[in-house]
Amino acid sequence: MQMDPSERLDATFIALADPTRRAILARLKQGDATVNELAAPFEISQPAVSKHLKILERAGLVSRSNVGTSRPVRIEAGPMRDAVDWLEKYREFWEKSYQRLDALLEILQTPINTDKPAKTKKQRKDDDA
Amino acid sequence: MPKPLTITTPGERDIVVVRQFDAPRDLVWLCFSKPELMRRWYGLPDWTMTVCEMDFRVGGKWRYVTKSPGGYEMGSQGLYTEIAEPERIGQTEYYDDDWTKGGSDNVIVFTEGDGRTTATMTVTYSSAEARAAAVATPMAEGMEIGFKRLDDLLAEERA
Repeated sequence: MQMDPSERLDATFIALADPTRRAILARLKQGDATVNELAAPFEISQPAVSKHLKILERAGLVSRSNVGTSRPVRIEAGPMRDAVDWLEKYREFWEKSYQRLDALLEILQTPINTDKPAKTKKQRKDDDA
Repeated sequence: MPKPLTITTPGERDIVVVRQFDAPRDLVWLCFSKPELMRRWYGLPDWTMTVCEMDFRVGGKWRYVTKSPGGYEMGSQGLYTEIAEPERIGQTEYYDDDWTKGGSDNVIVFTEGDGRTTATMTVTYSSAEARAAAVATPMAEGMEIGFKRLDDLLAEERA
């Protein structure tokens, strides 16, 4: 299927938007697998996995062998790999930044202990007296 | 813990990043508009922000430089085009390594509901080709994160 770079990019974004499809890619990074093998870890049907594979195939991220009845699925290196890397780096950059922002927001929202206002030197002296 | 961000490409020139925060909008706004707060969160955890200049007014200039543990520096800058406290920040963005061919126009919109704030960042490149060029080029050399992120991402989502 011929697509211009922009169309392929859109297809890549769509392909990577779904956690199941990212998981399928992660699994395929470890080696080729059949549809049955890919479906096993997920609580979804084999046809549903096939549907995800079609989307990944359209984006050029995986290919299916024509050899044998099991037709193993393979992850594709190549130009789209760059886009995948970029997108994952981009996602990584913002997710990690935003996780730091979560932590900062939590600190900023932690109330300073107001039920016991800091005592002045004189008050402390009075207490001691 | 807020859900991971989402990235979508609704138009042919756009990339949209959406994330929710467990904090009121005014506070989130401060974290995006004050350099002393911005430098405490912007960038990867082991990188340091060596420059964080924000002339936070329409027409004002901003510049960030972040440095990797290995010493690689990534710089970006631009101008503020719109500031509508506490809802909206518009700014142009150009990377020092100008692989986007003309930079991008970025808009961040903050909406509040149930004490939470949703930040929606829309990055608009000058053309579909420019977006493709941006994506086809390494975001930062030396940022050795790589494809294995998919595994980590999966682990996070399964957790």
